[in-house]
Order: sequence, then structure tokens, then C-alpha cells
Amino acid sequence: MTRRIVGPFNRVEGDLEVTLDIEGDQVRAAYVNSPMYRGFEQILLGKHPLDALAYVPRICGICSVAQSAAAAQALAQAMGLQAPENGRLAANLTLAAENLADHLSHFYLFFMPDFARDGYRERAWFVEVLARFKAVSGSAAADAMPVRAKFMNAMAYLAGRWPHTLALQPGGSSRPLEEAERLRLKILLAEFRAFIERTLFGDRLEAVAALDSEAALYAWMETRAQRADFPRFLHIARDLELQRMGRATDRFVSYGAYRDGDTALFRSGLWADGKLQPLDAGAIREDVTSSWMAGDLALAPEEGRTLPQPDKPGAYSWCKSPRLSGQVVETGALARQMMAGHPLARDMVGRHGGSVTARIVARMLELASVIPAMEGWLQRIRPGEPFCVQAGEIGDARGVGLIEAARGGLGHWLDVREGKIYNYQIVAPTTWNFSPRDADGEPGPLEQALVGLPADEGGEAAPLAVQHVVRSFDPCMVCTVH
Amino acid sequence: MSGNQNSLQKSLNLLWLQSGGCGGCTLSLLNADCRNLFDTLHVLGINLLWHPSLSEQSADEARKIVDDCLNGDTRLDILCLEGAVLRGPFGTGGFHQTGRGDTMKDLLERLAKVARHTVAVGSCAAFGGVTSGGCNPTDACGLQYEGDAPGGLLGEDYRAGGGLPVVNIAGCPTHPNWVVETLAALGAGELREESLDVYRRPRLYADHLVHHGCTRNEYYEFKASAHKPSDLGCLMENMGCKGTQVHADCNIRLWNGEGSCVRGGYACIACTEPGFEEPGHPFGVTPKVAGIPIGLPTDMPKAWFVALASLSKSATPKRVKENAVADHQVIPPVAKRTRAK
Repeated sequence: MTRRIVGPFNRVEGDLEVTLDIEGDQVRAAYVNSPMYRGFEQILLGKHPLDALAYVPRICGICSVAQSAAAAQALAQAMGLQAPENGRLAANLTLAAENLADHLSHFYLFFMPDFARDGYRERAWFVEVLARFKAVSGSAAADAMPVRAKFMNAMAYLAGRWPHTLALQPGGSSRPLEEAERLRLKILLAEFRAFIERTLFGDRLEAVAALDSEAALYAWMETRAQRADFPRFLHIARDLELQRMGRATDRFVSYGAYRDGDTALFRSGLWADGKLQPLDAGAIREDVTSSWMAGDLALAPEEGRTLPQPDKPGAYSWCKSPRLSGQVVETGALARQMMAGHPLARDMVGRHGGSVTARIVARMLELASVIPAMEGWLQRIRPGEPFCVQAGEIGDARGVGLIEAARGGLGHWLDVREGKIYNYQIVAPTTWNFSPRDADGEPGPLEQALVGLPADEGGEAAPLAVQHVVRSFDPCMVCTVH
Repeated sequence: MSGNQNSLQKSLNLLWLQSGGCGGCTLSLLNADCRNLFDTLHVLGINLLWHPSLSEQSADEARKIVDDCLNGDTRLDILCLEGAVLRGPFGTGGFHQTGRGDTMKDLLERLAKVARHTVAVGSCAAFGGVTSGGCNPTDACGLQYEGDAPGGLLGEDYRAGGGLPVVNIAGCPTHPNWVVETLAALGAGELREESLDVYRRPRLYADHLVHHGCTRNEYYEFKASAHKPSDLGCLMENMGCKGTQVHADCNIRLWNGEGSCVRGGYACIACTEPGFEEPGHPFGVTPKVAGIPIGLPTDMPKAWFVALASLSKSATPKRVKENAVADHQVIPPVAKRTRAK
């Protein structure tokens, strides 16, 4: 058996290394290391509670609004505030804009370029994919980047700027929309829809959202294989059998996304043993056995502490190991679509378990279903009616913010005592997905997903299959090591 | 990327690294107002050797690119760092390891010695920024500053091979065009010491105040102030806004098309200034002494400011007074003939 350290991984947000134990030409075990520590939970101690809104977006440049939204929700709960409908709709629109832009960046900038690597030069599709998806020089990035930048102009009206806004407040949004701005948002959304339909899907959003099985997906692909980028991916995915790569625990968790009154566009839940179950967020514990963190017990986040211990024996990551009722779970777009009961997501997971293909397909399903939802929210915005209610002081209070970032469930646990932050704990999506082994020696989701992959194909320094699986989670390491 | 050899005889090799930060300056850069950022850099004579979010190469291939810069096989013209330098724990740099038993801190020190230009992208890389906030758990600092004190990782006397100190494109995050324009100036050999301000920020954006171009100026003139988020009034008196003192052109060139912080309804929190992460007061509350904000415009006599403020407050039109505390115009301006008789 040989041991190989693979890293740094690029085209993931932040720093990542993976240690692979290789036997024959297969990965036998994987150890995922987040090699950087940042310490936001320590920075926040003693601050004015509302100052969290200035610090937490800066945890992450790619899911900055998601961090804001989780903090605003935790503060709102602690203060007993309820945002007016305009404020709630604006918050959903802001978070949705970030999440969809992230899905686009992930597909075009981070994930697809791996198929243009030399290791695939013998494949029938290689020449076309090289021209289209090669990192930096490919035509796809040149098409997608200006579209993404233009779409992010929505942030000017919704949030002042992106990243790092203070517009998401516990009482609603600081950015009231005028009618002209509501219309400009509609236009930006229409332009974004047009790009997704023409260039990414080659079909109407509604047609993609209606695909209800793996068979229907591939049948649809056959009708448009050469015309758009998502069908191009499916063609590659089927050729490389990516549906057989990257299976983790097949237990998924989602906090529920885009709340709207008492409902949510995508509901919360736990998917385990092949069925949907209610989520008990009270059963979350953060194990630190393999983390460079002091402590022995797996604590609930509201009681959690973050004390670095760089020389801790047996530890190999700055990432903690969150577990739900002691079990390893995966979070992300695929988890959201499993809870939402999307028949295509459930069919793919039913056949092969979680996989590289299923994770990508789930993001595409979100582009197909969230853009229409945004159109609906915009229709309901009422310029002239309130966007925000005044926040009062907090003395002693606790609050929890559980939201969905592009890459999965994000939780903030806030404890305020005598008007100051006494404890602030953050569990980010990639903390779940890229967690190291826990006290039972149980590997985290990525560590499980890498086992059994071919380790030496194409002579690449980092095996291509490993790269596909790592990036299929759309990891955000800067959040992980907050 | 390094494949564009034919047209690159005079182009500058750019290596971009990230350390104690959020990656937000890169994500902001992707919002740049250009047809295609990669083409723009290419035309500006910049050859992107490697960028952690954008390049193809991972792992050993990426390390080779860095090693080639260190051993002189590749000329390193521009070293960009995004994120703070993490010196902890205990000065080891171990809070950011780079895999082969070395740390990013050591790697940066070595690369800075061979770089022709060294650029700090964002307030973390420039001054330490948010990463150095609170108890500064990672002992974070900037490349050549720690807050507003010169020094940082490389020391006060550091000069890159081209003769300049570290260029601090401060901001949290940076505006995409601040970065593109600074790189353009470097690419053309037009960035000189006098192009930088007192904190070595490019004057192309740092010679303005955030106040310049603020759409709330009528409310400011009359000191008609907002009281809660979403109010239309001036954010200076109550809401913590420092735009009259902060160096940046955020309300002239705007963000994401038509945005800025104050246009988003919240305070300028001085993110281009050293030490902004620890303001000494809650970010959203203006500190006052005897009812007067302590952070008045930098170059205005305080007594005059107070006198003018109280005069203009008493002269405030009803329209301005009422709109200031509403989230939409409750009284629009009246129509009036504007031509001479």
C-alpha cells in the first residue's frame, strides 16, 4: 500500500488536501485535510450582536449572502423579530441570486474544466470539450462569466453590492425597492433565463424541471447532445460512468430553503434508509476527535467551543466533524432535491446512490426551478410597503439560523449575554461534507466517497476521478475553516 | 494561461495566491465590467501563471509552477496575495500549511524576494483586515502593514525587485476595477511610488471619498438622518456611516452596475481603511460625544460643522425631513419652472 498526499486542490474555494492510501490501483482510504484555520468564532466573542452582520459575510467570498442570511435569522430569533413580507421576499431573492450564480460558477469555472485535461485526450468527445471547457482559455468560461457578472447586477438593487453586504437585517432588508428597480430585476432575471435556456440547457427551464427519471434524462439528452452544455456534460458523464463515482453515505440532510410564510420552496428533512424523515436539528453534535481542536466530547453547537490545539495527537484537519444523531450525513443541492421529492433526484439516488452525476444534475434542477420561483417572488414585491422593522436591544437571548447555501445546510448558533456575543458557532456545508473521522473512526462523506476510485489513470498527479468527486460537492473550504 | 506563449514576449507573469481570507476579492474580480476577464488580462500584457480558483493545475503541477518561480526558471513579475498572512500559532505559520511541511507564510517570504512587484489584494492582505479582528486568533497581519503600522510580514523596508513597496489594493472586498486598473498600470510600467497614497493604496481610487457621489447627499446637506435600516435619510448621524472620511470611489464608479453600500441602505464601514475590523463601537451605530458624531469630515473645522448642521437642520424642507425616515418617498419633489422668465 502506498500513501499519496494530493494537494493543493484548486478550483475549490479555499485550501484542501487529501491523503490517499492506495492499494493496487484503487483508493483504499482517504483522509481529508483542511490545512488552514481562520478563527471567526473566536473573533466574534464579546462583540455587539449586530456586529455579526459585518463579520460573518467575510467568512466567505462565495457564500457571503448565505452567511449574512444565517446570522440575520439567528438574530431575528434572538430578538423576536419578524420581517415584513417585502423583507422576506427580498432576502429570498438575494440568497437565490447568490446560490444560482454559484451553481453557474461551479459548473463552468470549477467542475467542467477537468474534462479538458490531457488524461482524456483519447475520448471521442475530447476535442470539442477542450475548445469549450479548457480552464481560462475555453469558450464556455468566456460565455458564462459576463452572464454571471450581469446577473449579479441584481445585487446592486437587492443588497447594494456583492460580496459582503449588510442589507440582510434581522428586521428585513435595508434596501427598499422602487418600482423601476423591481422592473430592472425582472429584466435581469429574464436575461439570465435566456442564457440558461439557450446555452446551458438547450431547452426551456420548465422542460428540464419536468424530467422525472434517469431514463427520461438520457432520452432528453439524446435529442440535444450537441447543442448545449448540460447535455454535453451528460454525454461525458454517461461515457465515464460518473453515476458510479462518489457515493457517500446516502444519508442526506437539508434545513429547507427559501422559506415563505409557513412553507418553503424546498422543505427540510433527513433522507435515510431510503425515506424522508423529519429533521431534528437538536441532534446535531460536533465531534473534534480528528480536528486540531481542544475537547473530548461531541458538543451540540449551542454549547460548542472552538479552541485550536495544533499539536493534538491523531488530528489531521482544522475541520470539525458534525454528525446528526451520531451519523455521517451529506448536504447540498442533491440533499435539497431529495427532500423536495424531485423524482429525477430520487430515481438517480435510488439506482446508484449519491454520485458525481446526481450532484451535478441536482444543481441543474435548481437552476430550472429557482429562476421561476424568483420570478414569482418579484411579482409579489410591493414597492411603497415596508421592507424592514426596527430592531431593539438584546440583553440575554439565544438564536439559531438554519439556511441553505448553494453547497448545503449552513447553521449559526448565537448566544448573547448582557448585550454581547457570549458564544457563536457556525457549522458550514463543507464542514459536514469534508469532515474528518469521528470518535467511532467513521470517515466523513468525502472520505467515504473517494474509497474505491481508480487512483492512477492517465498519469495525472491527482487522479482525475478523485478530482471529479471532490469538485462534485462544490466545496467551500474558507467556510469550513471559519 | 501559460499556453499563450507566442504573444507573451513582453507580458508579465502573474502568480495569485490566497491565504487567511475569504476568496471574496477573487469572486468580486469575476464581476469585472469587461467582456471576458481572461482576454482583458491577456491584452493588458498579463500572463496568469496560476490562480487557485481559475487555473487547471492542481497538486504537484501547481507546486511546480510556484517552485519554478522560486528557482528562477520562471520570471515572477507580479505576486498577488489575497487574504492575510497567518503567522500563528507561535510564529510558526502553521495555521496555513501548504503540504510539504512548509507554510504559506514562509512561501510568501521567499516569493516576495524574487517578485518584481508585490501586490496585496484586499484589506486582509494589505493590513490584516477582518482576519486580524477580535483577539486575532491566527496572529494575522498584512504583507507590509499590521493595521496602520508599517511592518507586517515583509517589514517596513521591503521593496520588490521593481523598486516599489507592496501595493495595497485595500477594500473588503476590492472593487473589480481597482484590481484590473492597478494591474493595467503595472503592466504598462506606469505605477510609481507617487501613484500610491499614504497607506500605499493606488490613488486611482483612493484619492476619492466614499461620500463623493452619494445619492443621500440632499439628506446629508440638511442632516435629515435615517433611524433604522431601510430609511432613506443620511446614514452618518445615527447609522455608523463613515463615508465622509473613507478613501474610495464606491459612489462614483459603483458596484455590480448601480450599487454601493450606502445605496444598499447601510453604512460605509470603512473597509478600505487599515483597522476597520475593530472600529471600537458597534458598526451600525454612530459614536457621539454630547450628541455630536465624533467622526466628522476630516478637513472641516468642527465648530463650523456643528454650526452649519444646526442651521441646516432648522432649514430642512418637510419633504426631506419626512422622506428621511421612510423607506420610500412619501413626499415627491414638487414640479417647478426652471427657466428664467
